[in-house]
Amino acid sequence: MTRDDLIDFVYDEAGLLDDMLWEDWKALFAEDGRYWIPLEWQQEDPILQPSLMYEDLLLLTVRIERLAGERTFSQRPKSRCHHLLQRPRILSMGEEDGVYKLRTAFIYTETRGDLLERYSGWVGHHLVDEDGALKIKQKRIDLINFDAPFSNIQLFI
Amino acid sequence: MERYRGNPQAIADLVKGYAVHRDTYVDPEIFDLEMEHMFPNCWVYIGHDSQIKNPGDFITSKIGNQPILAVRHRDGLVYVMHNRCPHKGVKIASEPCGNTGKFFRCPYHAWSFKTDGSLLAIPLNKGYEGTGFDADKAAEGLPRIENVRIYRGLIFVRLAEEAMSFEDYFCDSLSTVDNMADRSPEGELEVLAAPIRYMHQCNWKMLVDNQTDTCHPMVAHESSAGTAVNVWERAKKANPDMETPMAVQLYAPFMAPYEFYEGAGIRVWPNGHGHSGVSGSIHQDYDDIDGYLGKMEAAYGTERAHRILGDVRHNTNYFPNIMVKGPVGILRHFIPLAVDKTLVESWVFKLKGAPDKLYERALMYNRFINAPTSIVGHDDLEMYERAQEGLLSNGNEWINLRRLWEEDEAEDTTEVVNGTSERQMRNQMYAWRKFMVQNMESSLEAAE
Ligand SMILES: [Fe+2]
Repeated sequence: MTRDDLIDFVYDEAGLLDDMLWEDWKALFAEDGRYWIPLEWQQEDPILQPSLMYEDLLLLTVRIERLAGERTFSQRPKSRCHHLLQRPRILSMGEEDGVYKLRTAFIYTETRGDLLERYSGWVGHHLVDEDGALKIKQKRIDLINFDAPFSNIQLFI
Repeated sequence: MERYRGNPQAIADLVKGYAVHRDTYVDPEIFDLEMEHMFPNCWVYIGHDSQIKNPGDFITSKIGNQPILAVRHRDGLVYVMHNRCPHKGVKIASEPCGNTGKFFRCPYHAWSFKTDGSLLAIPLNKGYEGTGFDADKAAEGLPRIENVRIYRGLIFVRLAEEAMSFEDYFCDSLSTVDNMADRSPEGELEVLAAPIRYMHQCNWKMLVDNQTDTCHPMVAHESSAGTAVNVWERAKKANPDMETPMAVQLYAPFMAPYEFYEGAGIRVWPNGHGHSGVSGSIHQDYDDIDGYLGKMEAAYGTERAHRILGDVRHNTNYFPNIMVKGPVGILRHFIPLAVDKTLVESWVFKLKGAPDKLYERALMYNRFINAPTSIVGHDDLEMYERAQEGLLSNGNEWINLRRLWEEDEAEDTTEVVNGTSERQMRNQMYAWRKFMVQNMESSLEAAE
């Protein structure tokens, strides 16, 4: 993988979310991939420290199917989202463990009906090469104001 | 126009039992009166004493709209005071928790206070000589609140100097707190982390009402729990050897049918307390956790350990604004900010001496159900916010609470009823009426 491959992956991943192509987005995850939103500054443990989300493919599937559900009233009207990314920084080319690591500053916007909310932070990608394709081992979202009370965040940062 | 201030009868008329007037949820004047009258008359939860273990440790909280400060003094006791400097009113502590050392120091003019709230020193003290300062309220330091009770670590405070005693207020209802604490082999709960915070654009009572609303999960949460069940069944079909993951064990029971909730029962206590899940609950079928039962039996003996773990109460509301989920170890605090704005803080307790897996499960439950990123939370908040808007309709000014209502329904009693009854919602509103008008002067009478 080249540096450009990694950087393109991060932009393309956000593009799938903006286009609400949830199934295509989910397909970017490795079998044991995780989506994580910590609730503490520089949090290390997703299990014995509280998080906003720590989800595997099964739980992400539930979320995605729910968004399209006939009786998902919190999606009437539907939400939309927008990811504005700074250029990703490559923290590791995986020389030691085969895990590519990137960190990207973002502004995320989620809107529904007349409401619009903005969130800022950093997204950390842990990526692996599976048969020539990059897959997400872990996508981690650190919000600058993780300790503030939010209203509903229904889509994916 | 003030319709309710000084008019206790008009307030009492808002609660008919089988119906509640929408002004209890949408009227700003009623909200102000809740803050001025109802909250001070109640024993209100402000935090847990494991958050302030060492001298100088403090937490800040709110009772209604009142900023509160609780601190561990060097005598080992917890002192509770109003969080405002007696000088210019500056909040003494601005963070949710911390350690202040031996004293508090106001950042504005350096007035300092011992950790029991008493005044320690004022710079350039001679400026107050001969001014009558010694007799001033300010000389007492941070305004102390005397009515404080700690029960199994839960700190309850009553602002009103004259009102119901702690014992009369809670009667037998603290058995849920006992059960939650007894689930620790050491009988102690511990707060290890900040709560999950979640902003709601609705009245705080929407949340209180929802806690024992057993006729909504299979409807409102079909989208989340129902989808979880479907996705899991598909995964299981593809791979029959898979064991039911913890996540599915937490979600799936939300889809239990009406009959399950009917049989599980609801218990009401005096003063608005009550709980769902008397003889069973959605928490009853979680996997056993390795090593836990053995520790419990060693601590309590076989018979008592099984009795503690067999009591799987669903949601216990303590009037006015907390819910305790004993079998999971979660406490939810519904903090009123405005008539249509409520901050929900959901805390997880670590059961001292119990395996970490229990804490892991409680944290998972909290983020699945009580977080702004929780799909179950999305379902509920959508309903609360639609109700907050819908209640503005003049087509009907009443909220209907008639399910399993009976003529002459007893107030302030202990009773177990059908688990789909709206009895506990009525029970809360009877207490609301009582504590709203308690000690309230009637300006109509005074005028006569
Ligand atoms: Fe619910």
